[in-house]
Parts: sequence; structure tokens; C-alpha cells
Amino acid sequence: MSIDISQFLDTFYEESFEGLDIMESELLNLDVGEADEEVINTIFRAAHSIKGGSGTFGLNAVADYTHVMETLLDEMRSGQREVTQNAVDVLLRSVDVLRSMLLSLKDNEELNHDTITKTHEELKILLRGENNSSKPTVSDNAETRTAPQEKTSGWTITFKPNADMLQTGNDPVRIIRELDSLGDISVEVNTDQLPELELIDPELSYLSWTIKVSGDVEEGDIRECFEWVEDECELSITADKVESTSIAKSDVAAPVSVPAADERREGDRRKGDRRTSAKSTSKKSAESSSIRVNIDKVDDLINMVGELVITQSMLSQIGDSEEFDNAALERLNDGLTQLEQHTRELQESVMRIRMMPISFAFQRFPRLVHDLSSQLDKKIELVLTGESTELDKTVMEKIGDPLVHLVRNSLDHGIETPQVRLENGKSETGTIELNAFHQGGNIVIEIKDDGAGLNHERILAKGIENGIITTEDKLTHDQINDLIFAPGFSTAEVVSDVSGRGVGMDVVRRNIRALGGTVDVKSEAGVGSVFTIRLPLTLAILDGQLIRVGKETYIVPLISIIESLQVNPEMISSVTGAADVYKLRDDYIPIVRLYDIFGIEADTTDISESLLVVVENEGKKIAICVDELLGQQQVVIKSLETNLKQIDGLSGATILGNGTVALILDISGVMQLYQYSGKTSAVTGQPKIIAA
Amino acid sequence: MAKILAVDDSASMRQMVSFTLKGAGFDVVEASDGVDALGKAKGDKFDLVISDVNMPNMDGLTLVGELRKLGDFKFIPILLLTTESSMEKKKEGKAAGATGWIVKPFNPDQLLKTVNKVLG
Amino acid sequence: MAEAAQQSTEQIEVNDSEEDMNEFLTFMLAGEEYGVDILRVLEIKGWDDVTSLPNMPDYIRGVINLRGTIVPIIDLRRRFGLKILEYGPTTVVIVLRVQSRGHADRTMGIVVDGVSDVYQVKTENVKKSPDFGTAVDTEFVRGMATVEEKMVVILNIDHMLNSNELSTVDSLSND
Repeated sequence: MSIDISQFLDTFYEESFEGLDIMESELLNLDVGEADEEVINTIFRAAHSIKGGSGTFGLNAVADYTHVMETLLDEMRSGQREVTQNAVDVLLRSVDVLRSMLLSLKDNEELNHDTITKTHEELKILLRGENNSSKPTVSDNAETRTAPQEKTSGWTITFKPNADMLQTGNDPVRIIRELDSLGDISVEVNTDQLPELELIDPELSYLSWTIKVSGDVEEGDIRECFEWVEDECELSITADKVESTSIAKSDVAAPVSVPAADERREGDRRKGDRRTSAKSTSKKSAESSSIRVNIDKVDDLINMVGELVITQSMLSQIGDSEEFDNAALERLNDGLTQLEQHTRELQESVMRIRMMPISFAFQRFPRLVHDLSSQLDKKIELVLTGESTELDKTVMEKIGDPLVHLVRNSLDHGIETPQVRLENGKSETGTIELNAFHQGGNIVIEIKDDGAGLNHERILAKGIENGIITTEDKLTHDQINDLIFAPGFSTAEVVSDVSGRGVGMDVVRRNIRALGGTVDVKSEAGVGSVFTIRLPLTLAILDGQLIRVGKETYIVPLISIIESLQVNPEMISSVTGAADVYKLRDDYIPIVRLYDIFGIEADTTDISESLLVVVENEGKKIAICVDELLGQQQVVIKSLETNLKQIDGLSGATILGNGTVALILDISGVMQLYQYSGKTSAVTGQPKIIAA
Repeated sequence: MAKILAVDDSASMRQMVSFTLKGAGFDVVEASDGVDALGKAKGDKFDLVISDVNMPNMDGLTLVGELRKLGDFKFIPILLLTTESSMEKKKEGKAAGATGWIVKPFNPDQLLKTVNKVLG
Repeated sequence: MAEAAQQSTEQIEVNDSEEDMNEFLTFMLAGEEYGVDILRVLEIKGWDDVTSLPNMPDYIRGVINLRGTIVPIIDLRRRFGLKILEYGPTTVVIVLRVQSRGHADRTMGIVVDGVSDVYQVKTENVKKSPDFGTAVDTEFVRGMATVEEKMVVILNIDHMLNSNELSTVDSLSND
């Protein structure tokens, strides 16, 4: 039977990448000098699995490479080798190389042999140098039989199982049958040891055999039949022809002394596998079992649940009707309550399939901070909290890069050098905190540093230089901070190797905004900065406020709404030819007439008769004129692009309880449409809305 | 039809073992570590157990010891999947009560050959 | 007229199907009969209110909910620049599968005056359209067929409804 083992490769790659991630984070966890045995064990196990799998699936380069790592780790866990910083660094580099090897193999690309050889050598030197444990390793397939292989006319075997051999599941009959397959055999059984019938313990073995094998059979093949029971029997194998050399003869004729034979067969293999105990204790969180679900299937489920949500909304409408008798109404309401509950439960459990703890996104940072702080000669402690906070897998995958950018930025521009920190009366070591938590229907991720804070003078100068603001603009503290997210803005005096490189904060903001999220920064000079990212937990469902303009119903994401208010005409200031603004406490907020920018008809064009919904997006506020506020509800987001295309000002559509389609407003898009309508420039005392 | 319990924490190895054996007509139950395997072994009968050695939660050696304590598994063949390099592990495996071992890396044919040998 | 049309046309690409037969669903639009490949027709439904989209050409009437997906509805009279007519009891929406390069198939609906018939037409009887004799821009026409003494304009729906057309059409739509 032939089986194509390449079909298991995808699974192998996936679990290997997970294994490498575990190795990396655990290596960073290792306390040099006094390493935790369980931590080393975890690392060893990951390397061991990759080695075993790569050998089996024919990825010999990987198997070879991992073998040295495994040997090193094995010596560490058995206490034969000290855990040095150098060893950890080399192992970390090897993890990187291994990861790129696997990536290349997965994508059928050329391996980078230079880096592979380089780190492989480093590993070997480590293995040789710091320990006197034998020679470098041998490749895996070196199964060698060192027992003499002579031509004989046959063999005589005496085989006496120990009494308890059966208890390891080894059946003498099985072994004899195997010998039979090698050549012609004759078997003589010796029953001398067999006790009286009533004294026989069926769990013990009392018999012994003399077996003659004739034909051209090699000793190795015979020995292989007994391979598993060498320890559990008396065995002698004698060649029938006496012409073989005396050394060989004495070697094989005596009852085999097993440990010696093992040493020989193992050749120059390392001797380090001395585990003190077979017990294995509980694991770290990184090993928590995971499910692999095809995202398409999950999306289908989510759609189905969406339909269920719609049905529930429909039923709600019947429940609202007044033409029922009381009893029917009551029953209906009971049913509805139940349906609603079930709907919600089903929805939540289905959504949960896609949810993963943010530790998946956080886990790369210990390494990043470790590498960058040594590169920048800074001392930095990384504190991770809220790692078990869950968010949608898609959101997780897309938030990775922006997070890296922000952390690099804090490392590079935020945290000062040890000298500067000491001069300023701070501790030498800076702290970067990554924190995640749920708030409402959102996940909030904070990147907090206790560094120098944003330099307002430099930001303002840069803003003026780049034409983002003018010298006349009077900006608040927060508005100045917000300038760093403007396109093309970079405050680093020297574009450093770490951040910079042309990618600015504007890209970070744009990426986060594409996920329906927001990012802003609070900063205090000399104390530090906090970047706060807010993201929807999922991209599939949204909490919305339904509004009506004329005969159209739109949905405003609840996350953007600050407040809704009845218009007080005295607070409107109209300037001919310019935008109307509304004075709300200390703010002047531009009034956006949705019917204007969407080209539809509203009930009224008199602002004093409409309602205002004040929405915020990235620190900028507008007040949208609406005719009526309808209810709030959770809606399933449907794409307009599937059958049409992306439409400015809309992020999608949804289906309401009555089966009709309602459009979901994209607040930043609405702001842009409003800006293009050319009304913002005349707004006094109001910074321009900075378009991304 | 012989029933086999296949234990490995690596999903790809487990898939390969399971796929190979199922293809040869065996009934296969998979377990992802020793604890999982022990749970599945209790209250069920198997003709053969094939287990990895290095696993989280409960390793293969402990598993063998625990299985041997169960009446139904006292004489059942138990094979350990082990790397060639760890001869001592083989010995430890034998000491714990394993029947024998299959050396990694192995291919499906080698696996089937060994299984057929044990199951006759 | 049919004779004249035949003299001035030439054969268009021949489909190699066994019978060389194509089936077309035909509908009426401003007194002319138009046909679309019946394999592209997903369903025919009555006109119902749509949700209009902001800042779209007027021939895109809006979107409807078709069993959970959002489907745009295109008014074919407006699309072709024909006289606008109040929708009446015979007005129907034909839901079509539209192919376009670099995008998965789209589902769109077209509003027409009424459904007419289903015809089988030999491929060889679908002639390339002349440059005159039809109210519709020849760009959207795949060919002409003569069925039972009547002339049917076979439409190229992919061309008519593809994304480029929809995204660049603002200038065309204001006439």
C-alpha cells in the first residue's frame, strides 16, 4: 500500500509554526543560570516534534537542523549543560532560521543555505565547545548494523523468555512466527520449567525454545526479531558453521549482554537522554488546545445566524401589533423572549469560534523588545496584561502590523536612553505596557510607555513645515498630539533603522480605520504616552442606531455616537457661503446635512426642526442632521461590493426586520464627503479635518 | 477488525498514523496526549496502542505504566514511537511495560509492517 | 425588413454546442423586444421598493434584499437613455448573473416593461447587429435574431452591467 504523506504536510507546517512560536516565547522566558526544568521541557518537546515530523515527511534539511537543537536542549533539560545567555541567543536565532526554512519549503522556494549553515555551525560549536559531550552529531538515517554479518548455512537459537515477558505484550509465538518468515525453521520446545497444571499462573511464561533457522539468513535479521525482548529473555544465537572468526563467534555465542550491544549499535550517538523521571506536569497557557475551523464554514454559520436575527426582528414586529387578544399576545411574547434568548446564545457561541485570545498577537513582542532594546542600547521592560482578552481572528491578523509599528515607535521615540532617564530622575529601565480589555462591544488595546512623551514644539514645527496646519491655527493639547497621525508626518529627527522608514502613523491609523476601529494618543511631556486602539470585536456584526432622513433609513455605528440632541436654534451659527456650526458646550461642531451630501430629500431643510446626531471619528466631530431617531439594534453587516461596488460614505448594508435594506454609514467617509463639499474651510477656530 | 489507539500530540503525525491504519482496514481511535488516551482507553477495548513518547500533560512512558494497571491492557501490545537517538528512552519504555517501538522517522509501509507483525 | 437586415449583417461567432441552439428570455422595452441568455436568468420578480444609494447614476435604482444578499437594481430604460416610464403592473425585475473580469460573478436585477417569451434560436441565426435600426447603443448588443417574423435584440449583459461601466458611467447618465 502506498500512501502519499504529503497530504499531512499542511498540518505539519501549521503545528511547526505554532511549535516555533512556543519555543521563542519560552526561550525568552528562560532565566539564564537557573532554568526552570518544565520550561526547557516545553522547548525541547517543540523541537522534538518538529524533528520527528520533518524526518517522517521527508524534510531532511529541517530534521538535520533540528537534531542539533534537540540535542542541545536535551542536555539542558537533563542538567548536563548550563543555560547560558549565549546558548539562548543562538537558539533564538535558530528558531528564526527554522521558521524561514519551513516557510520556504511550504512555498516551494529555495532555502537560504548560507544562513542555515551559519547558524547550524553556531549550534554545533555550542554543542562541542561548552560541553565535552562527544563528537558532532550524525544524520538521522544512519541506522547501522555493526553486528558481524556472516554467511552461514544456518543458526541455532536458544530463547528463554523471562517469566514476566508476557506482561509487556510480547508473545513468544509472534517472535517464532517472525523467524519463520526469514527461512526454514525447526522448533523444539522445552517444558522443563512447566509446573503442575494447578500451579500454573497464566500470566507467566514457563517455556523455552531451541530454534534452528536454515538458509541464507543474516544475523541482524534474526536479532531484529528479538529486538524488543532482549532485556526480557535469555538469548543465544550461534552460527551453525564454525568457520567464522573466533572473535565474532565468541561475540555472538554468549548470551547477549544487552546494554553493551546497545552502545555498539547506537554508535557515536549522544548519551544524554537521561531523564530523571517520567512524570510530566501541567503545561503553560501557550499549549492550550486549539481548533482549526475553515473560515468559510464559519462565515456561512454567521450568515445563518444573521438570518435568524432577522427572523427574530420580524417576529418582534408582530409582537408589537395591537390586533391580538391578550392571551395570544402573551404567548407570542413568551415565545419571542425565548427566541430572542436562543438567537443570542447561538450567535454568541458561533462568534466564539472565530475568537482567539490576543496573546496570539502579543506573543511576538517579548522577542521584538528583546532584540530592539539591545540594538538601541536601551533598557526596557515589557509588561503584558489582558492576554486572554479575545477578539475575532480576522481582526487579530490585521492588527498585528499596526501594533508592531506602535511598539517599535514607543521603543524608538518614546523610551529614552538609560543616561537620559537617569539625568531626568527616572529609573534606568523604561517600561512598555501592552494591555487589552473589553469595553462595551469593543476591544481596547493600550500601548503605554513611561518615556519622554510627545514633543509639541517639534510636532507643531513639522506640521507647519508640511502644510498640515498654519501658524494661525490654535490647537488644543490633544489636537497637537493627533497631528502625528497626519499623512507624511514623522517626528524622528533622524529616520532611524527601527521605526521611520517612510511608514508613518497615518498608515497605522488608516489600517485600524479599515477595521472599523480608532486610534488616538494621550501624552504628557516627560511622563510618557499612551496609544489607545479601539476595535470592534468582530467585523460581521455591528451595534447600530437607526436614523431616518426623508424616506431613507440609515444605520450609524453606535461606537461613533457621542450624543443625539434636539436643536437649540440659538446655538447654530450660520455664515453665508460657509458651513453651519453648532455650539455644544465648548465645542463648535460642523453641521452635516446628510441629504445634501447624499443627494436625497429630507422632511425639512430647516435645521431647527431636525435632530442632530453628534458623531466622532478620530478626534473629529460632526453633527449629522436627521429627521427622526429610530431604534437601536445589532445588525449583520452585508457587503455592497459583492454585487456592486464600494460606495463613498457607506461601509455596507444590512437587512432590517421588515426585510428591507438599510445602509450603514461610514463616518469617516461621510466626513470626507462633507469636506469635499467644500464647506469646512470657513469654519473659524476649527482645525481642518485631516483626510487620510 | 482490530482496534487501535493512536496517541500523539503532533496532529500531523497522528493524522498520518491514523490514515495509514484506517487505509489498511483498522479501526483507529486518536488521542492527543497521555491523559486523553487514558480517558479513551478506560471503558473501551483495544487490540493495540501506538503512542508517542514526548507529549505534554502525560508522556508516553507514564501512559504505558498507567495502561498496564488497567486489566484490559495488561497484555495488549503497546508500541512507542520514538526517535532513533533515544535508546535509553526505549529502555525506559520497556521498563515501563511497552511491547516495543517504532523508530522515527518511519514511513507508512514500515508502520504497517510493524503493526501487522504485532497483531499477527 | 428582415431581408434587408440579413443582407447587411454577417454571421457572428458560432457556438459549437451540439444543436447550435441558444435559448433566450425576451422582454419588452419601449416597444422593442430584447433577449438575454436564459442561462443567466436567476429569477423574475415584480417591481418592489428599493433602497436608494447615494450619489449613484440615476439608472441604478438602488438595492434590494434577495434572500439575504444585497442586489442592485438597474432601470434599463434609463440605462439606455430611453424615455422614462412610470412603473406599472407589468413592470418586472429580471435577476441576472453577470460576469466580469477580476471579480466573482455578480447578481443584478434589471427593470423592464414586461417579460415577453422564451425562444430557441439557432446560433447561426443570431446575426451581428447593423449600426442602425435599434434604439440601443450597439455597444450593449450582442446581435440580432429574427424569430417568427419579429426582430429580437440580443443583449450583452456582461458588457452592459460590468463594474467599469458602473463606476465610470456618471458622465453618461446625465443626458
